[in-house]
Amino acid sequence: MSAESTVELRSAASPPTAPSPAERRSAAEIGRTPAGPRDLPPLRPQPQVPAPEETDTVLRTGLRVIAVRRPGVPMVEARLRIPFSGEDAERPTHAAVAEVLASTVLSGTTRRSRVSLDDDLAGVGGEIGFSVDPERLAAAGHALADGLPTLLDVIADVLTGATYPDEEVARERERLAERIQVASAQPSVIARRALQRHRYGDHPVTREMPDVADVAAVTRDDLLVMHRRHVVPRGSVLVLVGDLEPDAAVAAADAALAAWDTPGDAGLLPPLPELHGSELLLVDRPGAVQSQLRLSAAAVPRTDPRYPALQLANLAFGGYFSSRLVENLREDKGYTYHASSSLEFDPYGAALLVETDCASEVTAPALLEMRYELGRAAVVPPDAAELESARRYAVGSLLISMNTQAGLASTLAGLAGVGLDPEWVREHPQRLEAVTLEQVHAAAAEFLAPSRFTGVVVADAATTAESLRALGGIRIP
Amino acid sequence: MSTAPTSAPPEQRQRLTLDNGLRVLLAPDRTNPVVGVAVHVDVGFRSEPEGRTGFAHLFEHLMFQGSESLEKLAHFRHVQGSGGVFNGSTHQDYTDYFEILPAGALERGLFLEADRLRAPKLTEDNLRNQIDVVKEEIRLNVLNRPYGGFPWILLPPVLYSTFANAHNGYGDFTDLETSTLDDAAAFFDAYYAPGNAVLTVVGDFDPDDAAGLVSRHFGDIPARPVPARPSFGEPAPDGERLESVVDAHAPLPALAMGYRLPDPGTDLAGYLAHAVLGSLLTDGEAARLTQRLVYGDGLVTDVSASAGLMGAPLDARDPDTFTITAVHPDTVDPRQVVDAVDAEVLVLGERGPDPEELRRVTARWAGALHREHDRLMNRMLALGSAELLHGRAELSDELPAAIAAVTPEAVAAAADALRPDARALLVLTPGASA
Repeated sequence: MSAESTVELRSAASPPTAPSPAERRSAAEIGRTPAGPRDLPPLRPQPQVPAPEETDTVLRTGLRVIAVRRPGVPMVEARLRIPFSGEDAERPTHAAVAEVLASTVLSGTTRRSRVSLDDDLAGVGGEIGFSVDPERLAAAGHALADGLPTLLDVIADVLTGATYPDEEVARERERLAERIQVASAQPSVIARRALQRHRYGDHPVTREMPDVADVAAVTRDDLLVMHRRHVVPRGSVLVLVGDLEPDAAVAAADAALAAWDTPGDAGLLPPLPELHGSELLLVDRPGAVQSQLRLSAAAVPRTDPRYPALQLANLAFGGYFSSRLVENLREDKGYTYHASSSLEFDPYGAALLVETDCASEVTAPALLEMRYELGRAAVVPPDAAELESARRYAVGSLLISMNTQAGLASTLAGLAGVGLDPEWVREHPQRLEAVTLEQVHAAAAEFLAPSRFTGVVVADAATTAESLRALGGIRIP
Repeated sequence: MSTAPTSAPPEQRQRLTLDNGLRVLLAPDRTNPVVGVAVHVDVGFRSEPEGRTGFAHLFEHLMFQGSESLEKLAHFRHVQGSGGVFNGSTHQDYTDYFEILPAGALERGLFLEADRLRAPKLTEDNLRNQIDVVKEEIRLNVLNRPYGGFPWILLPPVLYSTFANAHNGYGDFTDLETSTLDDAAAFFDAYYAPGNAVLTVVGDFDPDDAAGLVSRHFGDIPARPVPARPSFGEPAPDGERLESVVDAHAPLPALAMGYRLPDPGTDLAGYLAHAVLGSLLTDGEAARLTQRLVYGDGLVTDVSASAGLMGAPLDARDPDTFTITAVHPDTVDPRQVVDAVDAEVLVLGERGPDPEELRRVTARWAGALHREHDRLMNRMLALGSAELLHGRAELSDELPAAIAAVTPEAVAAAADALRPDARALLVLTPGASA
């Protein structure tokens, strides 16, 4: 490598002298050329994506395995998804035990220590991590393609033989407590907790992060009991994507995971309470320089015939950068760096989530604009140009997001978690192309009306309460 | 270990230099119907003048606000309305602008980048609006969050003495607020000459077709003088420089240790040995510092070591920073952590890593690089920044092999170079939480 070659290239092609300050161009001069504005080139026809080789089957143990061939780089991605709720999740300590389980499941097995689990994966260029939320326990891993047997062996070893050694559990409890303490200070986490409580009360879905005290009380026995009861193959799904042969990969998974045959069904999340429009709640964060605004309303899942129109209506409203919400709050008003509206899915349905963070002094104005844009979406819905832009974005970003082994594996595992097959995602572009302007208008009027929303504002009450009270529709404690 | 080639054999790449000096790298990959367009400009926050901290980044925002053929917001609308994604980012030594698009939108992507490189619309309204947006970005990422700017903003003023290397690249609010339209015009004319940039095109295209499109859209941008690139070199610290900061939002104390890295332009092997050293110290359960500090004596809750101030190796020219950061309980004195790190580094310097330990680290690194390059956007940005900073896009392809070739002796030498008498220590203590 040499920096000199760069310099030669540059000097060879460039005029030698710099202009004096007096000759410098003004901003206005920089912005025009003699030729004037030019026309945007048209899009060319888009090549189609061929369907990949794929196997989707349920093993004797009840584990569903989806294997997709996606060469490109010599790697393989694995995603395991185990529904991790059920009746037990009603117990307040469930979240704490589940969280400690996810962070100690790799602490050692009957065959491997914590370090040798990690060393064996490193030897094949691999890694694995477990995470848990109120809905599922998930493992995400990868390895060099010829390390697939090692990756599967490590996964099987952990699923069938995790030992949760006392000293490792004790240490992880402490680390976890510290991490929860760190995370609890994040404004985004404070806002998320407040929103979950405000819209879902005491439902298990709200317990995204356990209490420090509950974590401290978790014992090795709790973990072994939960592992036996909840870490089960029936109802779970394993997705393998990469430089692999699908049938051979499924056979390898079947062989490696044969011993993971714990009886019982994986625990599904109980149905969520229905969302209704209601007053927002102001949550005081004294001294905060920035406020978090989180609004939410009921929506419909991907299986609903109205879903494609809702997806496009939501994009036009606030689902991407070129949306009304972002153009208003960020580009026109400069209130925020980030504003968005997205759909959150659970096994039964979906919710709209409209969010932004803004400086304390513009909290009420930002809320006013959010409500204004929701109202406008409902009564002055997107026009044909807005729809076409949203449609191209939805189709293109789906294509791009599935363009990596990791992106495809995560997408397929997420869809499998709500009962959808890989075909759904392949057929979705056609559904989006078929949506009419009338359907988008109907979806916007039905789902984006401001009266359907509830939510929270996390802000310094001392400086924001008065103007929020003036706006109304918000409870000031 | 697998040696299967990736889908874009480097020999299919083409380089062009347009008459106006723009360097062009074409890297076809026909496996998926997606393309990427990136412009890397040879100016980063190290080049901004005193009194104008944060200007390189503010200017990056302005480049999205419209150009001669594109009204404000049109850039976003055209990229997203073509089904694509876009972004830009400001680094120490370069600024990048890019789109990933469905293959049918290649010409549109080139048009959008060419239009703003030729004639951006810099207006007073957009400047004021983007100053507000940038201030919000800083509030979000620095002022209103625990460990905001730790260590990338807070450590450089301890390790470095010159303004270029030490100042805050996000900028002070006063500097941002007093920025003018004339500053923006002067900055554009000085640094955004076509001869000061690299255009990278990747993905599903025919190289001859793409070369024609590049020339059609970028060819008539007039050549302008290319600024002389200053050296940002300065002497290494001649002692241990210590500073403390209070973080109103942090729940636990933290510390950062900063060292100078070898110049990747003259000692690439030494630089990469430091990168591997970082992995040996803190990547994975078996890593030296993780074993000793997290699992051994419980001195820290998290520890991380890496080559490159922004966390990625080879992302800047010399001088750049090797950092070790740790978050620890308030019952632990920061000096205990520092002493334990020094002791472990001393052992590595004396005995070097075990060859099998080193093989595992480099195998994992190869896996991580393959994964990163599976994403077209990452592959494009790595090629473009390597071409701009180091004059060789190939560096990005060669990295797995170069990392695998790092010897135990080179790692030991890198550990020896982490000298307690030539480093920065930044101690962060939690303040009253806001």
